[in-house]
Amino acid sequence: MKRYPLISLLVLILALGITGTVLAQDVRPTDDEVNAIAKQLYCPVCENTPLDVCPTEACREWREQIRAMLAEGKSEEEIKQFFVEYYGARVLSEPPRQGFNWVIYIVPPLVILAGAGILFMGLRKWVTPDDPGHDRGAKEAPGTADEENEYLARIEKELLGKD
Amino acid sequence: MTEQTTPVPERAVPIWVQIIVWILLSGLLVLVALGLKNAQNPIIRVGSEVPDFNLTLFEGYTYEGSPVVSLSALHGKVVVLNFWASWCKPCEQEAAELEEVWRSYAEVDAEVVFLGVAWTDTPANSLEYLQKFEVTYPNGPDLGSRISAVFNRNLGVPETYLIDKEGILRAVKIGPFASNAEIKSFINPLLSE
Repeated sequence: MKRYPLISLLVLILALGITGTVLAQDVRPTDDEVNAIAKQLYCPVCENTPLDVCPTEACREWREQIRAMLAEGKSEEEIKQFFVEYYGARVLSEPPRQGFNWVIYIVPPLVILAGAGILFMGLRKWVTPDDPGHDRGAKEAPGTADEENEYLARIEKELLGKD
Repeated sequence: MTEQTTPVPERAVPIWVQIIVWILLSGLLVLVALGLKNAQNPIIRVGSEVPDFNLTLFEGYTYEGSPVVSLSALHGKVVVLNFWASWCKPCEQEAAELEEVWRSYAEVDAEVVFLGVAWTDTPANSLEYLQKFEVTYPNGPDLGSRISAVFNRNLGVPETYLIDKEGILRAVKIGPFASNAEIKSFINPLLSE
């Protein structure tokens, strides 16, 4: 080793280089890694089928495309962006939050809120009926009931007096 | 004494809430109706003008030196627009015929252009397919499915659209052509106009 330091170093570098290449070639994305992205995409030819479970040849090719891009070191976002640019936003399981797509993100929560509001109003009405003669005593100011009784008594008296 | 009952006023939903709810409901119904209409009816029919579109060609393909070809630039020529995919077996049936017919027209400098559009295909497989069938006419991917959207295609491949010299869609062939003669039978009447 002492006699040939330069040669030894060269051999070491070459060996590391070869090992590195072999290791890099062995890095093949697993099915799980591919499917993690594939399940966020939809089959291009058979509607409503996620890419990770789609059995068609087109989907198999798309999954291989994902695998190849993962092997190239592309990120999940980069891969999804490629699919959107190449095939359109319809391939995404979740439409991008832009333009007209906002409707599908805004309308359902609004409808749920409106439904909850209507339900709340209905329940409140059910629990506290509108009939003023039924349950107002507790809410009325003291003396109001007496005044009403007095008023009714006077009407009754007048009516009796007419007879 | 007779019992008296005073009519209890109903607590009505405010009018502005009712208006908003009805507007929202009407809007939703209109959206659903429009969606259904678009899904069922093609945007263009045979006899109507085809909206302009751009086809970005695959590497190695050009049209008159340009890597992008637009329909509007082909005015005065018959356009044979063929949708295909490498995973599509019926497409393979007509691939060689289309290339053969294209070459036969190119030899006599006929006023016809063939355009191949790879639909829902991966770039590598598309190029492999084109090499396999030695396809020389301009071909490119349907980027963003925008060309498909022009024709509102949802059926599959192969599909071929025949556009006349004035840019009018004149015929649609669903499925593969059976022979060279069949392809020519679509093109020749348009060339002679």
